[in-house]
Amino acid sequence: MLKNRIIPCLDVKNGRVVKGINFVELKDAGDPVEQAKIYSDGGADEICFLDITASNENRDTIYDVVKKTSKKCFVPLTVGGGIRSVEDINKLLNCGADKVSINTAAVENPKVVLDSSKKFGSQCIVVAIDAKKNGEKWEVFTHGGRNNSGIDALEYAKQIEENGAGELLVTSMDRDGTQVGYDIDLMYKISSKVNIPVIASGGVGNLDHLVDGITKGKASAVLAASIFHYGKHSVREAKEYLDSKGIPVRI
Amino acid sequence: MKVTIVDYNSGNISSVINSFNEVAKDKVNIEVTSDLNKIKSSDKVVLPGQGSFKSCVYALNKINGLSDALNEFAITHKKPLLGICVGLQMFADVGYEETETKGLGWISGKVSKIDNQNGKYKLPHIGWNQINIVKDSKIFKDIENNSHMYFVHSYEFVPNDKKIISATTDYSSNIVCSVEKENIFGTQFHPEKSDKSGLKIIDNFINL
Repeated sequence: MLKNRIIPCLDVKNGRVVKGINFVELKDAGDPVEQAKIYSDGGADEICFLDITASNENRDTIYDVVKKTSKKCFVPLTVGGGIRSVEDINKLLNCGADKVSINTAAVENPKVVLDSSKKFGSQCIVVAIDAKKNGEKWEVFTHGGRNNSGIDALEYAKQIEENGAGELLVTSMDRDGTQVGYDIDLMYKISSKVNIPVIASGGVGNLDHLVDGITKGKASAVLAASIFHYGKHSVREAKEYLDSKGIPVRI
Repeated sequence: MKVTIVDYNSGNISSVINSFNEVAKDKVNIEVTSDLNKIKSSDKVVLPGQGSFKSCVYALNKINGLSDALNEFAITHKKPLLGICVGLQMFADVGYEETETKGLGWISGKVSKIDNQNGKYKLPHIGWNQINIVKDSKIFKDIENNSHMYFVHSYEFVPNDKKIISATTDYSSNIVCSVEKENIFGTQFHPEKSDKSGLKIIDNFINL
């Protein structure tokens, strides 16, 4: 039986781990290579690096982090943030990333998703959707949550699936950093709309939120940052908790 | 001992290289190349593969003499070869991803899309699934039945001769996830991304 995945996410800036509260106020929580190794030894099903300021700053630090991590961690490594082109994707994959997560470029230029999934296979193309509720619908935001594209998130999810995305990483902007739980309604609606796996993100404050993301939100995988890297919970604790709730996990 | 990972522009092979280097340490020489003579003089060959069946077959055929060199290595000289993911799928006679494409024809059978049962099962099949070992395979030494392996694929290998199947995994149906036919080994899952169990499979292959 296919297991639900738990994915710790490390927000990386200038080669160091940080986690934003609603994408601002950054705290330093250590070395990404060591953190990733702790996570993979602790049973993380994948590791995700998000290079949060990559759109604006020098990207070379992330390549170095990916290179070092991929020599130590033998679980899948996803890298996102600031990816603009097929060449950027090529570089990250060559450094040892297994998947890339594309956000802004996928909205501005859907051809990047089309071309890269053709070139490298959909299995390594994750499209990240940052969505914020506006009335009855959700709108897609780009540039690390700064710009509203006005695009309907559900329609976008379907369209990007057709363009060749292998997975969707769905983040609720309203919930990110709040620790009050995933936007279950959003997760459920997108997951029901597409036939590719959905990774739920944004808002995890406790282990029950992870359970809800899978059972109510129908996500295939749950991503969380702060509950893991400030030592509030270990990945193993999270897995044991999910297991106790009858959710299939790799233990 | 020289193990060659075939580099034929089949997508991202960094993780395969990293994992083999991790296991080999300094004891075994890991070479990454498409040089025909180097492949022929290897003790073991690893055939990775990412992307579609069609794109991998095309990439393989683009390198003059490569498929002949692999044939000579695996079929004529019967030296150990491990196919990973689409590398395994290419053992088949034919694949149906994108368009009908001829495979290497080493293990009679076809590669077709996993039946998602009208959307009941999401595709790609991504994540950790347990393997059901149905036959002793040399690469499964010290691997427990029901071990978790990392999968990412939408197509499955359906061999005609079921006796070559060494493990299956349950997703929509019993998907063939490992084969062993004499000196030819293949895994649909990614041992290079399957943590300690995966590294053990790589170790077993290196130590054949």
